[in-house]
Parts: sequence; C-alpha cells; structure tokens
Amino acid sequence: MKKAILTSALALITFAMVNAGLKPGDTAVEFSLKNVDGTTVSLSDYSDQKGVIVIFTCNPCPFAKAYEQRIIALHQSYASQGFPVVAINPNDDEISPDDTMERMKERAEEEEYPFPYLKDETQEVYKAYGATRTPHIFLLQNKGGKFKVAYIGAIDDNAMDAKLVTSRYLELAIAALASGSSPDPATTKAIGCTIKTKS
Amino acid sequence: MLSVMQGKGQNITEINREGLEVITQNFNDTTYVVNFWATWCSPCVKEIGYFEELHRESVSGNVKVILVSLDFPKQIDTRVIPFLNQKEISAEVLLMTDLDYNSWIDKVDPAWSGAIPATLIYNRYKRVFLEQELTRDELFNHVSQIMN
Repeated sequence: MKKAILTSALALITFAMVNAGLKPGDTAVEFSLKNVDGTTVSLSDYSDQKGVIVIFTCNPCPFAKAYEQRIIALHQSYASQGFPVVAINPNDDEISPDDTMERMKERAEEEEYPFPYLKDETQEVYKAYGATRTPHIFLLQNKGGKFKVAYIGAIDDNAMDAKLVTSRYLELAIAALASGSSPDPATTKAIGCTIKTKS
Repeated sequence: MLSVMQGKGQNITEINREGLEVITQNFNDTTYVVNFWATWCSPCVKEIGYFEELHRESVSGNVKVILVSLDFPKQIDTRVIPFLNQKEISAEVLLMTDLDYNSWIDKVDPAWSGAIPATLIYNRYKRVFLEQELTRDELFNHVSQIMN
C-alpha cells in the first residue's frame, strides 16, 4: 500500500516535471543521441559554438516537410556564424513507422542534410525540453560554456509558403543574440504535428 | 467569414482570426464543441467520426459541433472535400485561412501549444480545452460534464 502511494506520488512528480519543459532563460538539458551516420552526438560537443538551433522534427509531418528546405538553408547560413542546426526526431517509430532510424537515414541522404539528424530513442529528450509538436525549435545560447534557452517556437510565420513569410522569428532571435540583446518574442506558437508516443 | 467553397455534399466556409474569435467566444445556452484538425493528422482522422456522431445526435439539441480545418488552403479541393465526402461528414466545417498561427493560438486557449488534434468544449458557464486525441467516451463525457 505504502509502495503504491509512493509510486503514484513519484508518477505525479515525474508528470509535473515532464509537463513543465524548458522556458527561455533555463539551462538546456544535455543529450547524447544516435545520429543517422552511426555516431553519437551530444549537446556538449558544441561547446565551442555560440549556440545551437535544436529542432524537433520528423519525416512524415507535413509541417516538417514544409520547413525541411528552410531548415537546411538555416544551417547553411548560420553554422558558419556559430549557430549550427541539430535535428532530433522524437517520434515513437512503432506508432510512426516512417520515423525508424532506417527511414531517417534515407531522408537525410535524399535531402543531403548538412546537420545531424538524431533519434530520441527513449523519448526522454523531447520531454525534458518540453517539445510538443514537430517542428518545434529551441534556440540555445552558449553562455560561458553553459547552454541557455534563448528562444522557443516556430521558424517563421508561414508554414505553407516561405515566400509569404513576414516575420522570421528564429532569425530575428539569432540576430538579437548576436547584438547582445534578448530575443523578442522569446516564444512563439505554431500549428504542428503531435509527437507520437505511447500513452 | 469570407467565402463558401462548394463541394459535393459538403460546404466549407473560410474563416479568419476574427471569425475564429466569434466561434470560440459565444456565450449562450448552446454548448460548442470546436475541434481543430487536418486531413494529414492521423489522430485527428481517427477521432473525427466521434465528432460527427455527436453532431448527428444533437441536431435538434443544444450542442453545436464545429470542425476547424488547419489544412493548407491550397489543398481544399484536392484533399479536404474528398475526405469529408468519403467520411460523410455533415457537421459544420470551417477552414482557417490565417496561417500566422502565433497571432491566434493563444486566443483559442493559452494552454494550447499548437499541436493537433485539439478540442475546445464550452458554454457560458464552463470551458475545457483538450490538446489530445479523444476516445468516443472521453468526448461524450467531457461534453456532458460541460453541460451539467
């Protein structure tokens, strides 16, 4: 009985932690995940960079597809400025068979991803970050060796058509960091696909 | 409300930010069930039949089901109307044409992150917002909780 109470109390605490996720200003959570090239990539591998654009994305979501070329372009523009992209696929591939490591490799090769595409196999990373959809962006800033969350949300304000974009939220946030100020807005919301997980 | 697109058996009315505000902030005796969905969203497709069932059961009652599609406007003729015909959906379907999501998600509910499916059930007394896929029982139970 005591054990049951303790277990449910722990479950509640875990639930609350999971639900909270990260907010702008928080210290980012370290991760070590398998990449499509077979290597393991960790956040701490980027300690010589100014920051990292962490993007939770996946293969089949139409919004992830709509943003795919824009994500590649972001890496090509910003990696040389100290803000490389790291893509993380958070979906359970039993529920979403297009998101197996094999299919991720195919996608990364077809589209020649210039950035790592990591699999959140245990689904602990997206929960720690508080990602809820794909694509979901977490811009991290390296502050004296510690990564801090600077911006959370969308890449821009038009998922359907890059040519119709009027606000490039993520690029504005990077520009703010580069000029020593804080991103405004520091968070944005967007429609996206749910992260597929066993309930 | 902008224009009505004619499909076989199914009309889709386009709405913008102001239209969305109207349908999420009615305060009368009707209980509104506003479901945000898209044809490409598999959990949405799974649950949409329950919303249609709720609509058919309450045609003469005081529950109003509104299905707000977040499909891209260019896919209405090719995807959305054929889907609605195939599923024989007779509940009201609206197409959200404002793609500046950040400008209106919080107005529907501040707790909404933007993932779909998402469902708002409300009347003048009570309101619940659910960012999740619903089973038939969950949907009907939530509606009766709001009504009673």
